[in-house]
Amino acid sequence: MIGIEHYLVVSSILFVMGVLGIFLNRKNVIIILMAIELILLSVNINLVAFSAFLGDLVGQVFAMFVLTVAAGEAAIGLAILVIYFRGRGTIAVDDVNRMKG
Amino acid sequence: MIQVISFYIFAAILLASAAMVIFARNPVHSVLWLIVAFFNAAALMVLVGAEFIAMLLVIVYVGAVAVLFLFVVMMLDIDFAELRAGFMRNLPLGLLLAIVLVVELLLGIGAFRAGAVELGGAIAAATPADKPNIEAMGALLYTKYVFLFETAGLILLVAMVGAIVLTHRQRKGIFVQDISSQNQRRPQDSVRNVNQPVGQGVEL
Repeated sequence: MIGIEHYLVVSSILFVMGVLGIFLNRKNVIIILMAIELILLSVNINLVAFSAFLGDLVGQVFAMFVLTVAAGEAAIGLAILVIYFRGRGTIAVDDVNRMKG
Repeated sequence: MIQVISFYIFAAILLASAAMVIFARNPVHSVLWLIVAFFNAAALMVLVGAEFIAMLLVIVYVGAVAVLFLFVVMMLDIDFAELRAGFMRNLPLGLLLAIVLVVELLLGIGAFRAGAVELGGAIAAATPADKPNIEAMGALLYTKYVFLFETAGLILLVAMVGAIVLTHRQRKGIFVQDISSQNQRRPQDSVRNVNQPVGQGVEL
């Protein structure tokens, strides 16, 4: 029978894949944003799994908020990407030093 | 039995497509694999009875976020081969890091399974047995968590306004119709009647 551990293992592997995606594609900010989406997806799977197996609906409410923030983050991130590309002509982000910070 | 088989199928496709997202050479392919991953994650959520979140995942992620990614990837003229330059150099250290991280997480899950963490002591909103998932979620969202729900809407509004403000630009040197200046134009400002004498050029 499928228990909560199965879901936790899948979600942790997905999480690590997101981290690996950020690490490997350090220059390509589009892939980095997609890897962040993968990480948030794994968090959502975790929340939903605990919510289902503990019989508590609040986990799914929280998953909905995570989804909301992820959608907003994707929109803002892609907007920043577009204006960055407009100014620089590239999206290589491993040496971003525009603000000298 | 069918539940176990479908869990393993969906989980395997989810993890494989997640790997394809980060390893694909073409970012357009990455976005398409991301869509596959979202569909399979939604299927996994349906398996445990979270239909509302699963449908939300399909609508929001596949319908909005993935299409947004696709638009941006296709709109920008980017040399993707150059961006993959450090990929192979980062691979060994990245894989080592990933293996360490996944072993740590699995250790944590093992500790949870061994009973190190006591969960489920206080159920905040128990899943009702007689109502479908979507109805129960609606009853919870519009009563107990209504302020958080409104806050989520506010976050989306702020994100929308921010994205529009960031990407909107005033272009210079293009011709657009200005209706109020058209309406304010009077004949005496723009037409000049002259009594043209014979034998002389027109003075402009």
